[in-house]
Amino acid sequence: MLQEILDHYNYWIAIMLMMVGFYTVVARGNLVKKIVGLNIFQTSVFLLYISMGKVTGGTAPILDERFTVYSNPIPHVLILTAIVVGVATTALGLALVVRIKESYGTIEEDELDLMDGET
Amino acid sequence: MIITLIDIILLTFMGATAIAILRLRSLFAVVMLSGIYSLLAASMFVALDAVDVAFTEAAVGAGISTVLMMATLALTGERERPAAHTTWLPLAVVTVTGAALLYATFDMPPFGAADAPVNLHVAPRYLNDSFGEVGLPNVVTSVLASYRGYDTLGEVTVIFTAAVAVMILLGGRKGDDAGIKNEPPKEKLADNDGDGDTA
Repeated sequence: MLQEILDHYNYWIAIMLMMVGFYTVVARGNLVKKIVGLNIFQTSVFLLYISMGKVTGGTAPILDERFTVYSNPIPHVLILTAIVVGVATTALGLALVVRIKESYGTIEEDELDLMDGET
Repeated sequence: MIITLIDIILLTFMGATAIAILRLRSLFAVVMLSGIYSLLAASMFVALDAVDVAFTEAAVGAGISTVLMMATLALTGERERPAAHTTWLPLAVVTVTGAALLYATFDMPPFGAADAPVNLHVAPRYLNDSFGEVGLPNVVTSVLASYRGYDTLGEVTVIFTAAVAVMILLGGRKGDDAGIKNEPPKEKLADNDGDGDTA
């Protein structure tokens, strides 16, 4: 039972974080808060990938004669790329938020809907 | 055993931080907590042997992202208004999605298994041959810059596109109202330089 929990604990927390981020994006009206939620979601995906590549008793994938067991380097490479792309999307999102604030005077979603004539 | 303990404690902290971010109304506190969240994630990556990912996350996630968000807050205000509409629909969607994903985890190989399918395909080849083929001890660097070089090229394209988009969004604004005002300060700067040189 305990082993079962330990075997999946990383994945469960990753999914929990993913859902907290998802909920922040969907349910919170403030645009900056939405972007923070998006970041939480993103980091939880990174955690999921890196957890999959971990090998028990392994070390970081930097070759040395003293070690024989290494963790999987492929998820590391993929996530390294994803982190940098993530900050690019964050910067773009925040730039849009600044422009929306200048044009509408607010960054609350329901006020923006009212101004655009939607309910 | 100690690694498992560190693992569990850091993950629990990350969960607590994420829930605090969700509940807080002060956006300044939210941005600071998101910096802490990234730092916890970076520590977690060290515990999971992903050292390259850890320092990128610490520099980019905890550093640059936080700075960008602080700059945005300075322009947009620090308080979030309480939500006016009901939130049961998002909650239902999130619960159902979460339950489906949790159900899927029971089919995944146990955490840390060396014989998991992820670890059996190309990873052994990179670990065994990359030193002979590329000549770098750090396998992540070899894969990033050599085997998956096109991937990195694509990443650079994405960053370039994002940078151009940000410049168009924020640069055009300054051009509109400061286009006429821009010239006098430049002349003053030139004068100041000249004065400084003669004095």
